[in-house]
Amino acid sequence: MQSFDPRIYAVGECVNHRGVAYGLVAPLFEMAKVCANHLAHYGIGRYTGSVTSTKLKVTGIDLFSAGDFTGGEGTEEITLSDPVGGVYRKLVLRDDRLIGGVLYGDTVDGAYYYKLLREGRSVAEIRDRLMFGEANLGDAGHLGRNKAASMTDDMEVCGCNGVCKGTIVRAIKDHGLFTLDEVRKTTKASSSCGSCTGLVEQILMAAAGADYSPAPQRKAMCGCTDHTHAEVRRAVREHHLLSIADAMRFLEWRTPTGCASCRPALNYYLLSTWPHEAKDDPQSRFINERAHANIQRNGSFSVIPRMWGGATSAGELRRIADVVDKYRIPTVKVTGGQRLDLLGVKKEDLPGVWRDLGMPSGHAYAKALRTVKTCVGSEWCRFGVQDSTRMGQQLERALWRMYAPHKVKLAVSGCPRNCAESGIKDVGVIGVESGWEIYVAGNGGIKTEVAQFLVKLKTGAEVLEHAGAFLQLYREEGWYLERTVHFVRRVGLDYVKRRVVEDATGRCALHERLLFALDGEPDPWAERAAGADHAQFEPIIAAEPVAV
Amino acid sequence: MERWIRVCRPEDIPRQGARVVQISGGADVAVFRTASDRIFAITDRCPHKGGPLSQGIVFGERVACPLHNWSVELDSGCASAPDEGCVRTFPVKVEAGEVMVDLARAPGTVRDALR
Repeated sequence: MQSFDPRIYAVGECVNHRGVAYGLVAPLFEMAKVCANHLAHYGIGRYTGSVTSTKLKVTGIDLFSAGDFTGGEGTEEITLSDPVGGVYRKLVLRDDRLIGGVLYGDTVDGAYYYKLLREGRSVAEIRDRLMFGEANLGDAGHLGRNKAASMTDDMEVCGCNGVCKGTIVRAIKDHGLFTLDEVRKTTKASSSCGSCTGLVEQILMAAAGADYSPAPQRKAMCGCTDHTHAEVRRAVREHHLLSIADAMRFLEWRTPTGCASCRPALNYYLLSTWPHEAKDDPQSRFINERAHANIQRNGSFSVIPRMWGGATSAGELRRIADVVDKYRIPTVKVTGGQRLDLLGVKKEDLPGVWRDLGMPSGHAYAKALRTVKTCVGSEWCRFGVQDSTRMGQQLERALWRMYAPHKVKLAVSGCPRNCAESGIKDVGVIGVESGWEIYVAGNGGIKTEVAQFLVKLKTGAEVLEHAGAFLQLYREEGWYLERTVHFVRRVGLDYVKRRVVEDATGRCALHERLLFALDGEPDPWAERAAGADHAQFEPIIAAEPVAV
Repeated sequence: MERWIRVCRPEDIPRQGARVVQISGGADVAVFRTASDRIFAITDRCPHKGGPLSQGIVFGERVACPLHNWSVELDSGCASAPDEGCVRTFPVKVEAGEVMVDLARAPGTVRDALR
């Protein structure tokens, strides 16, 4: 921001920065931040230019433009032109990525295109529908709403924190907010599950207009550091970092003990990169992974024992019934992953419950392999062509105790009717007459995502190796709290295929590393039922007051 | 009037962790130990929806509530902005290798009464 005369700094539309003069306020704010940094001799922050979008109102005509909308060499254009209806849209693509666009007449999808442009992700798969906007993408989640403008002030935007549109608009105006992060900090909207992020961005765009600053592409892990997840992962590997304290020192963390967001991530990166070497720090894990049970809204816990492939027996069911009676467990419920959930267990009862159940941990509380859901398959089903229950049990026995950046769910179906819902799982397996089809990166959560076809295989052994290799790739290269769908979207399915399908040696090595990591991993419930880690389950009973 | 109770030894509380103290006829108290071995005692109920703060992740001199990730300051018992609300805090001392908590003299009560 220093000009040719080093005594003079300049920001805003009077500046010609690398050949570009920005006439908008958002770049001015970005420049001002960098400039302030330099003036304070703080020495961090560089201005490398802004991606801008603008929405103009010309006497009742809506016009939106973003990025490079003129196109040129090496670009492709998609246009929609309806002169009589008064609508014109042009999208400019390069290498399957949206690089710019103009909307005239109907600009409701502006925020959506702008988001795609900023994310720089491939639009190859949605190219045929891209022109018709987000609402036409068959989105089952509530991200698809682009009605920010038509919402009334009392309508709820963020369902997690109960924040209405009016609250957000007021906060933007009163506090002069310009970024998504600022809106999150001030109103809490979009700060929990994140599914309303698109809507909040639309409101921000509408309320702040051209002042709106898009979220930066390069995202620091949290407020404790400027490093990204990718940089931290690389440092852990290249410098053989083995403890959270080492990692924080080496990466010059700003806070001495990190925060509730970065510590669990660091702990995972250390353990997944250096299995059997890095030391686990339970105090850097969320309570569920520390207590090996799911905390509930009243502070009690839920217990989900592992049932391989969803199959159980009279003996197990009797023990579960006895445990429910003995510990007065108020609710027993069948979960979506074909397991039984015992809800309302007191923390001090957990070790006893585990001992009496005599069943392994279901890891329903962990960023780890949850369940392998199966249909009954060829053993019983008149349509079944493969023994999906057995395949599912083999996968579950091979993968349980496997921690990952986020939870991992599998399913195996015994025929293409796909009763186990393999299409919305991290790894979905579907039996066909001649073998098994593997699908990856599906998701049934906040935003339903259909799994993508990875490979077709002949034998169960091949299924185990491919599924294991894919999950190890995710374990090694995924970012903490990134589900497989987001991981695969980030690195690309082609990359995954190259590593897991085409490169046989590499696949084998990935699978070997997974087996090595899981080797000797104990069942956390069996350990604690036998008395390990007992202090956390024992409350201290206050002694009588001491006379003073 | 002071009403000190003996709780446990400092080393019985994990660093960056907490223990729950059950008080007969009163709400549970969470006793925290930070990375730098400072000890704090506060009511084990988040001002938001009553989550057990003792189960949260401790960082610096704060704890993140396990239910909705509110951040509560251990010395004041108050939620960090933009959240609002406080829980009761209790004086703590370590005497003859034992953590002692004063259940009577609670600076938090005055503040709570003013809110």
